Amino acid sequence: MSDLSALERETLAAIESAGDESALEVARVAALGKKGAISALLATLGKLAPDERRTRGAAINALKDQVTEALAARRAVLKRASLEAQLEREALDVTLPVPLAGVETGRIHPISQVMDEITAIFAEMGFAVAEGPDIESDDLNFTKLNFPPGHPAREMHDTFFLEADANGERRLLRTHTSPVQVRTMLSQKPPIRVICPGRTYRRDADQTHTPMFHQIEGLVLDQSATLANLKWVLEEFCKAFFEVKHVGMRFRPSFFPFTSPSLEVDIQCRRSGGEIRFGEGEDWLEILGCGMVHPNVLTNCGLDPEVYQGFAWGIGLDRLAMLKYGLPDLRDFFDADLRWINHYGFKPLEVPTLAGGLSG
Amino acid sequence: MKFTLSWLKDHLDTTASLAEIVDTLTRVGLEVESVEDPARKYDGFVVASVIEAKPHPNADRLKVCVVDAGQAPVQVVCGAPNARTGLRSVFSPVGTYIPGKKLTLAKGIIRGVESNGMLCSAAELELSEDHDGIIELPDDAPIGVPYAQYAGLDDPVIDVAVTPNRPDAAGVAGIARDLAAAGLGKLKTPQLKPYEGAFDCPTQVRLDFAPDDAHLCPAFALRLVRGVTNGPSPEWMQKRLRAIGLRPISALVDITNYITFDRGRPLHVFDFAKVAGDLAVRRARAGEAVLALDGKTYALDDSVVVIADQNGVESIAGIMGGEHSGCDETTRDVLIESALWDPTNIAHTGRKLGIMTDARYRFERGVDPDFCVPGCDLATEYVLSICGGEFSRMIVAGNPSAPRRSIPFPYGEAKRLLGVDIPRDEGEAILRRLGFGVEEGHVLVPSWRPDVQVKADVVEQILRIAGVDRAPPAPLPRLDGGVPRPVLTLMQKRTRLAKRTLAALSLREAVTWSFVSRVASEAFGGGSPSLALANPIAADLSDMRPSLIPGLVAAAERNTRRGLSDVALFEVGQIFLGSGENDQRIAAASVRRGRAKLDSEGRQWSGGGAVDVFDARRDAMTLLSALEVNTNAVQVIPGGPSFLHPGRSATLQFGPKTVLGWFGQLHPGVCEALDAEGPIVAFEIILDAIPAPKARPSKTRPKLNRSDFMPVERDLAFVVGETVGAADIVKAAESADRGLVARVGVFDVYRGQGLPEGAKSIAIHLTLQPRERTLTEAEIDAAVSKVVAEVSRKTGAALRS
Repeated sequence: MSDLSALERETLAAIESAGDESALEVARVAALGKKGAISALLATLGKLAPDERRTRGAAINALKDQVTEALAARRAVLKRASLEAQLEREALDVTLPVPLAGVETGRIHPISQVMDEITAIFAEMGFAVAEGPDIESDDLNFTKLNFPPGHPAREMHDTFFLEADANGERRLLRTHTSPVQVRTMLSQKPPIRVICPGRTYRRDADQTHTPMFHQIEGLVLDQSATLANLKWVLEEFCKAFFEVKHVGMRFRPSFFPFTSPSLEVDIQCRRSGGEIRFGEGEDWLEILGCGMVHPNVLTNCGLDPEVYQGFAWGIGLDRLAMLKYGLPDLRDFFDADLRWINHYGFKPLEVPTLAGGLSG
Repeated sequence: MKFTLSWLKDHLDTTASLAEIVDTLTRVGLEVESVEDPARKYDGFVVASVIEAKPHPNADRLKVCVVDAGQAPVQVVCGAPNARTGLRSVFSPVGTYIPGKKLTLAKGIIRGVESNGMLCSAAELELSEDHDGIIELPDDAPIGVPYAQYAGLDDPVIDVAVTPNRPDAAGVAGIARDLAAAGLGKLKTPQLKPYEGAFDCPTQVRLDFAPDDAHLCPAFALRLVRGVTNGPSPEWMQKRLRAIGLRPISALVDITNYITFDRGRPLHVFDFAKVAGDLAVRRARAGEAVLALDGKTYALDDSVVVIADQNGVESIAGIMGGEHSGCDETTRDVLIESALWDPTNIAHTGRKLGIMTDARYRFERGVDPDFCVPGCDLATEYVLSICGGEFSRMIVAGNPSAPRRSIPFPYGEAKRLLGVDIPRDEGEAILRRLGFGVEEGHVLVPSWRPDVQVKADVVEQILRIAGVDRAPPAPLPRLDGGVPRPVLTLMQKRTRLAKRTLAALSLREAVTWSFVSRVASEAFGGGSPSLALANPIAADLSDMRPSLIPGLVAAAERNTRRGLSDVALFEVGQIFLGSGENDQRIAAASVRRGRAKLDSEGRQWSGGGAVDVFDARRDAMTLLSALEVNTNAVQVIPGGPSFLHPGRSATLQFGPKTVLGWFGQLHPGVCEALDAEGPIVAFEIILDAIPAPKARPSKTRPKLNRSDFMPVERDLAFVVGETVGAADIVKAAESADRGLVARVGVFDVYRGQGLPEGAKSIAIHLTLQPRERTLTEAEIDAAVSKVVAEVSRKTGAALRS
């Protein structure tokens, strides 16, 4: 049987030393091919006596199995090596930078974001969103809202006018979104619960005023809405908007032609190191005006003030955004400076929800 | 409206502290804007006596003084030449802030001698420029008393923001009334006695109005005081006027100013010697003018009410007197005017002439008609006591007494509006303290409250005095229980979605002005006179925008000039087609310039490059798709509005009557006109123009139709003329066999070698989707041939061999 041992040694050595697939194939053919050494040995078995054939056959088949196994093992090794070589060739400089996708680089303006936040809060409280045109009539912007013609209260609003038309009617840019409240009252029967966001215009420009700004007004009208309800709505709103558990609010008597009683509202805060915190501190910041809808306004809108009553408020949207997010200068809102919007803007998928928290 | 604490206390008997008064003012609706407490500035300064002043051992010009400031004697080194034994002066101990030197005094050793404070000059207290020596006080000045108190410099100045409805609060007496009503003390405004007069007023007054104009001057009271001496007004009056920022002029003028602030009652004084004949109150005549007390000449017209004599206009009614008949130190006989004017007319005149005075401020809000005659008497009283003289009987033209307004007021109205019960006794007591008459079922409004017109205004009075905190917040009941329903309209949803979609395309949201320059407006199809502002705030913000692009281009240019040349901005907002009710639209637009492409902003190793018109197209199409528009159905018609590059732009539409918008490269001429560096690519879509989706009764999605058979892919290249659009080839290929052709894409466009001049090769990628069984080679070839034939027929293209 020494011939088998020698063959085994030679064949296994040939397999082991095969450097690639083709060398391995040569070794396989030399051993197991039709004319291979092991095949040749198997061919000799028929001439042997049965006893000898059994033992000799078993030995040759064992060798064949051993060689087959060695071939498979070697093939696996070679395959792995070749894959590794390929991977090495395919290596890339993965430190090369790539730009982020638009969902990360795009930006939503703080005004839009805050508008969405406020809408989420009031929609939850059952308010619809009403809108109207920026170019308004004097009647809807002033007269119906109980600003008598020539009254000094009109001067509280520095109004932009358009050139008079052929009939001498002078349209104007709305100075507040209250004409939308009027439109709602004229077109809809109470109960009414709406917020009216939108662009508003006053002829004013300095560090804290821009000729265009945004307001969000609200109107609740039914047969029982009271000033106590108004205070509750505004407190709930402020807590939700500023995302605090408690908020200190101060209601001060004031004057607006379209409400009576009229109130201005301050919110308690602490300012330190360029940061504002709400619900604590010694400072009071004025954030909105509100009141019970004036009976003259109701009458002007065809509603009987003996039957219907309700309240309204108006907030500067830009100012709310500035307060909540610490935006220092109103004028930046309308400048579209990429550095500003990249820094203060919101990502497209940061959609405010009450379930997830307005600001995430 | 400014006043001092001591002035307030002339009208209010109170023990309340300044802080309580300030808090209460704000609480009742008289918002305190500032409180200036001058005493604070003099914290630490006390009246002291120099017990002994000896020469300084080491310095000729210095003295070592021992000072008695009410406590243990203090040693001070002083350089003042007038420091001497026995002098009473002002002392500031160590730790005092010295306003004139802007430092806090520290203990010091001056030339070897300890100094524990300072004897002060007037300049060091910022009382005058005088720093030649220390302040010299009379020998009876009380030692140890704060100097501010001693010198009467401790009268705090309170500034309240008076809302336009409260003319009564434009006088100290009215403010005191509110405070008294709020329980802060007792009103003690002195009662006036009437002044009868011993002789007739020699000047007559004629209210010279047509009957329709009678409201312009309901009443005019006039009285002569003869033999007056018009010197300076008394120190107490000057001090108060100065404290609120007025310059004392002469006794007669100061008296009118004082009463204006004390009672909210403006007055005017004429120098009788300069008035020619009687006074006529009338509308001015066109062409008349008056030199007013501010030294300016005002041209008048018949909308202005004036007081005139034989010389012409002497005074602009209710706003400002005339220079000619004004009082000065030579005035011997003075005419005192106390009149009533029409608030609307005064406001109009004031605006027209551009004059704001303390008189206008009050008359345009409406002064108390019942105080017209007493106002003249009060002025008489001051004139007699300060300037002397004899007074005439008063002439009263017109009728100053107006009936008091009665408002039906069932007390339950308070609870109806406030949602809380303020006890009736309390509410009615408040009204009475404010001067209202309270009777069963109605209230009588005091003459000084023209703003109280309806029941709600009466409730407001009760609320503000009782305190807004009396109405605790009460939940607003929901209209319908359960989960709130969606509230947004289609356009509101589109607007929100458009913003998020465009931002996800790496665009940054801009909010630009609704007004643009005339040039920009005209360039973008606007510029109609109906959209021009009559009073723009700046020349380049003059016209309501017809498009979002000019604002975005200007924003891009501002960024470029800051060195940020890769700009990708969008805006979703209103544009204006006209000034009419239905002429406003919501548009969405983007601009890109530089290398601000969607996939790669800036210079990148992996490609990038300059933006092109296809970036704009992608923005537009992605937006339309997000808004549920079937983009395959949108017609892309080459060319667009004139502000676009004619060869690099397209109109997006469903047909000529349903134009959604456009995309393209801005015309270089337009960029130049807007002073912006191009090329800039942009799109604009009118969100209102997108047809509303059909309402569907069910949320069930249409059934997915997918084939079990492998799709077959084939690539085909066509040679066509330059004028043929790729879309024509795609459309022709799609229509060749609608049952089988599932998709057609363009994957290559080639021009150059191997192709004739003026021709291009467009390679398309064809997907055939068998539905019922696998296709045979022959069937595939037949389908491909059909596509080739259809493309050739419709576009003249030849299959590239």
